Amino acid sequence: MISVAATLLAVGIAAAADPEKGKEIYGRCLACHALEYDRVGPRHCGLFGRRAGSVKGFTYSEAMQRSKIVWNEKTLDRFLANPPKAVPGTAMTYAGVPDAKERADLIAYLKQAC
Amino acid sequence: MSFLSIRTPAQARRLFLSRSGLALSGAAVALLAGRDALAAKSGDKSSDTNILNTALAAELEAIAAYQVGAESGLLQKPVLDLAVTFQGHHKQHAEVLAKTIQKLGGKAVAAKSKYTFPVEKLKSQADVLRFAAGLEQGAVSAYLGAVPLFGNRDLSKAAASILGDEAMHWAVLRQALGEAPVPSAFVS
Repeated sequence: MISVAATLLAVGIAAAADPEKGKEIYGRCLACHALEYDRVGPRHCGLFGRRAGSVKGFTYSEAMQRSKIVWNEKTLDRFLANPPKAVPGTAMTYAGVPDAKERADLIAYLKQAC
Repeated sequence: MSFLSIRTPAQARRLFLSRSGLALSGAAVALLAGRDALAAKSGDKSSDTNILNTALAAELEAIAAYQVGAESGLLQKPVLDLAVTFQGHHKQHAEVLAKTIQKLGGKAVAAKSKYTFPVEKLKSQADVLRFAAGLEQGAVSAYLGAVPLFGNRDLSKAAASILGDEAMHWAVLRQALGEAPVPSAFVS
């Protein structure tokens, strides 16, 4: 029952996601990331469906290369909540976006930004 | 005060820093001071150096970004002076971070030979300021996200010191753009 409720809540949050708010939240990422080119972190265009650690020419942590993550709404949500916990050893040494609605907004923005 | 009247090593260090142009914060000075406590404190050193290296990589990129802005020909005085001053702060951050990484037994990342910046979109002073403001906003968030991760709380304090500096950069750049310099009571 709890699992069903959690799933329904997650679906509800995703459905209400606001890419405009997500664009604002993306401002937090701008020290290291850009949509179209690699910086301290890899580019975000082409993220969905991409295997973690696979952008050619970008140097990833071993942890990310080994993670076997394929980026989608669910894996991004889990990672963004607490990157070092989701992938111990990641170079994304950032405590994360703890608010589920903010993560949903951010993911909605990333889906339509490129 | 002259060097002849210095009574303690701490005094000498303060005087040296004040005269060498390294106007570092207390926390940053603590990083460089070689305190045994810093190296000896418990905590995951490899994790801390990992965090510091990510911060260092971002600082090195910020230095390069300000260089692009300064050489663009788009910045007029006094904005140009401001950009060079902020770049100088980032250089100091990078220096402190690199030395701390080495002190902790890690290997500091080096600056890339080439960085990618959206130079094609920088056509006016306002464009450069907006680009820099975005980097500074991101830096504030990045340090905010790093502060709670350090195993060594001295490093959290030092990162918070840098965060404060970059928040001031962000506010000044917003002011220069004619935007509300401090848009909210909290940063995130």
